[in-house]
Amino acid sequence: MSWPLQTHPYGEHAPVLPPMENRDFDHAALDRSTRLGLYRRLQELRQLEKRAYDLFMRNLVKGTSHLSLGMEAISAGFGAAMRPDDYTFATYRGHAHTLSRGVPMAPVLAELMGRANGLLGGKGGSMHLTSVEHGVLGSYAIIGAHLVIANGAALSAQLRGSGQVTVCFFGDGTTNIGAFHEALNFAAVYSLPVVFVCENNHYMEYTPIGDITAVPRPAADRAAAYGLASRTVDGNDVDAVHLAAQELLAQARAGEGPSLIEAVTYRHGGHSRADPGKYRPDKEVRAWLDYDPITLYRGRLGRLGVPAAELDAIDREVAAAVDEATEIARNGAEPDIASALTDVWADGGSSWRN
Amino acid sequence: MAELTYRAAVARGIAQEMDRDERVLLIGEDVAGAGGVFKTTPGLLERFGPRRVIDTPIAEQAILGAAMGAAMTGLRPIAEIMFADFFAVTWDIVVNQIAKTRYMTNGQVTLPLVIKTGNGGNLRFGAQHSQSIENWAMAVPGLKVVTPSTPRDVVGLMAAAVRSDDPVLFFEHKGMYASKADVPDGEIVDALGTSVIRRPGTDATVLALGLMVPRALEAAEMLASEGIDLEVIDVRSLVPLDTRTILESVSRTGRLFTVEENPQLLGWGAELVAIASDEVFWDLDAPPVRITTPHVPLPSAAALEDSVIPGVERIVQTIRKRLV
Ligand SMILES: Cc1ncc(C[n+]2csc(CCOP(=O)(O)OP(=O)(O)O)c2C)c(N)n1
Repeated sequence: MSWPLQTHPYGEHAPVLPPMENRDFDHAALDRSTRLGLYRRLQELRQLEKRAYDLFMRNLVKGTSHLSLGMEAISAGFGAAMRPDDYTFATYRGHAHTLSRGVPMAPVLAELMGRANGLLGGKGGSMHLTSVEHGVLGSYAIIGAHLVIANGAALSAQLRGSGQVTVCFFGDGTTNIGAFHEALNFAAVYSLPVVFVCENNHYMEYTPIGDITAVPRPAADRAAAYGLASRTVDGNDVDAVHLAAQELLAQARAGEGPSLIEAVTYRHGGHSRADPGKYRPDKEVRAWLDYDPITLYRGRLGRLGVPAAELDAIDREVAAAVDEATEIARNGAEPDIASALTDVWADGGSSWRN
Repeated sequence: MAELTYRAAVARGIAQEMDRDERVLLIGEDVAGAGGVFKTTPGLLERFGPRRVIDTPIAEQAILGAAMGAAMTGLRPIAEIMFADFFAVTWDIVVNQIAKTRYMTNGQVTLPLVIKTGNGGNLRFGAQHSQSIENWAMAVPGLKVVTPSTPRDVVGLMAAAVRSDDPVLFFEHKGMYASKADVPDGEIVDALGTSVIRRPGTDATVLALGLMVPRALEAAEMLASEGIDLEVIDVRSLVPLDTRTILESVSRTGRLFTVEENPQLLGWGAELVAIASDEVFWDLDAPPVRITTPHVPLPSAAALEDSVIPGVERIVQTIRKRLV
C-alpha cells in the first residue's frame, strides 16, 4: 500500500492515496456482524459530531470543540477491539474515543451544551470527556500529558495482574513534546501493557507536521529509539485499524509490552471550531474528502454483498438516535450553581480550612 | 520510644503504610537500590520488593504521570521528586492534571497519591536546589500541602498523607534530615489540617513551618529570658489549614508574627496575616509582622544563605523591636 500522503518540507503536499477500490482487507477474518457494528459506529461518530457542529453554529454549544470528522475509523476500530475494562486516554479531540467505548450520546451532547445532565455535570466540557464506568479515563487538553498518565494506569494494571490494557490516543504534533519521549522510554523500560496510537492527521494546529518534524513518520519513526515495536496503518480503513488493534491489544495482554501505531488520516474540517482550515491546499483537501472512511467502507461492504438498503437503514437508525440524544441534552437543566463548589476534594467539597 | 533522625523517619513512615496497605507503592529516581539521594528510603526495596519500590528514569513528568495513572486505577502511590525545585519540570502534571482532575470529572476520578520531596535551604546547594515552594502548591486548588518539622510528625503526617484520598504534596525539609528526636514506638497517624502549639505563651503568636519551627522555638527561649512569652505554633499543614488553632491563639495573644523560608512576595505568611486581619482584626493589638526570606533566589555561600533565610537572631530582633 502506498502511503496515504507524502509531505515535503516547505513544499506542496502531494496526496498519494490508496485507490478507493483498495481490496487489501476485503477478505480479512472479520465476520459480517463485526463489520456492520464497525459501520454503525462510524455513522454514530460522524453524525454525532456533525450535530455538535450544528449546535455550535446555533450557539447552543459554547467554548471550543475539536472534531474528528474524517478520522472516525481509528477510534471505531480500536473501540471495537477493546475489552470493557480496558482503559482509554484521549485528547481534547476526544468525542469519538469516548463514544467508541460505549458512552451514550445524550450525556456527551449535554456536556457540550453545559447541562446538568452532561457526562461531567458541565464541569468538564468538550475537551475533558471522562467516563470511568466505560474505562474512559479522561480527555486531556495539554499536549502529551496523558501519555505519561496512561503509563500509570498500565503500571497499575500490571501490578494488579488484571490483564487490562491501556490505549492512549494522541496527535502527530504531540510527538515533538518532551512527555512523548519520557512516556515511550518509561513504557518500554517496565514493559507496560499500553498501546500508543498516533492519529497522524498531518497538521498540528495550523502547521503541517512535515514542515516541523525531522522524520517523515513522526511517531513510528521514533518508536524504535525507545525500544518499542511500531507500525503504520491506513487510518481511514476501519478494518485495517481494527485488525491491528486486535493484534496489539492481544500482545499487550499477553505481557509482551507496549507498542506504538501510527494511523495516517486527515481531518475534514479545521483544528477547532473557529478554524476553517484554509491553510490546507485545495487539492489535498479534495483528495482526502474523497478518501472518506465511510465511503471507503461502504464500497467494501458493497463488494462483500451487503445491500445498500441495509446500510441506509443503519444510517437512519443512527440519525434517529442522534435526534433523540439532542432532545435529551437540550432539555437538560442548567447546572445548579452550587455544584461549582463541589468535588475539589474527595469529601465532595472545596473547603480548605476548618 | 527511640531516637530517630528526620531522614530515617521518612522511611519508617513509608514502611508503616506499605506494611498496612499493599496498594501503596513508592516510585522515583534512586529511591529503590540507592535508598534515596538523601537516604530517606533505605531498606524499602529489600523489604517490599521491586514491584512496589521502583527506580525510575530521570523523567519527572513520567514519574508523576505514572503515579497519577496508578492512583486513578486503584493504587495509592508515593512518588518522589528529588528536589522541590524540580517541581517546575512537572508543573503541568501537578497543576493541570493531578490538581484539577477530580473537579473536572465531577468527582468521577479520585487521586489518592503523595508526592514527597526535599524542600528548603540551609545546605548551601544554591538557587536551583534550595527553594521552598509550599507557596506555589498552596495557590493551586486541589492540592494538599504539608511540611513536618519533627521526626515524629514525619511519620504521622506521612501516614495521614498516604491515607488521604486527595493528592498531597509532602515537603520534607532537607535541611532537617540529620536532626534527631524521640519517636514513639508503634503506629503513628496524624490528621491533615492540624497545627500544633509547640510552646504555649501569652504575648504573641509565632507561626512557623519546617526548619523555621526550631528556630522560632529557640528565639522564643531567648526572649523568654527577657520576659517576653511567645506562643509558637507549628503550622504543619497549609492545605487544609487549621485556622481554628491559629486564630484562637492570635485572639488570645493579640499579636502575630509569621516566620517563613519563602521569598516575601505571596508567601504563606501573607495569606495567614490576611486571614487574621479579616477575621480577628479587633483582637489584634498591633499590625502582624512577616519574617521571610527577601525577594531573592537562594545564594550558595554559607554567609549569604544564612543572611537571607530567617535565623534565630533575626527572629529575636524583629520580635523584640515590635514588642518592646
Ligand atoms: C502543551 C501544549 N502546547 C500547546 C497547546 C495548544 N494546542 C492545542 S491542540 C495543538 C495541536 C496538537 O496537534 P496534534 O498533536 O497533531 O493533535 P491534533 O489536534 O492534530 O489531533 C496545540 C499546539 C496545548 N494544548 N498544550
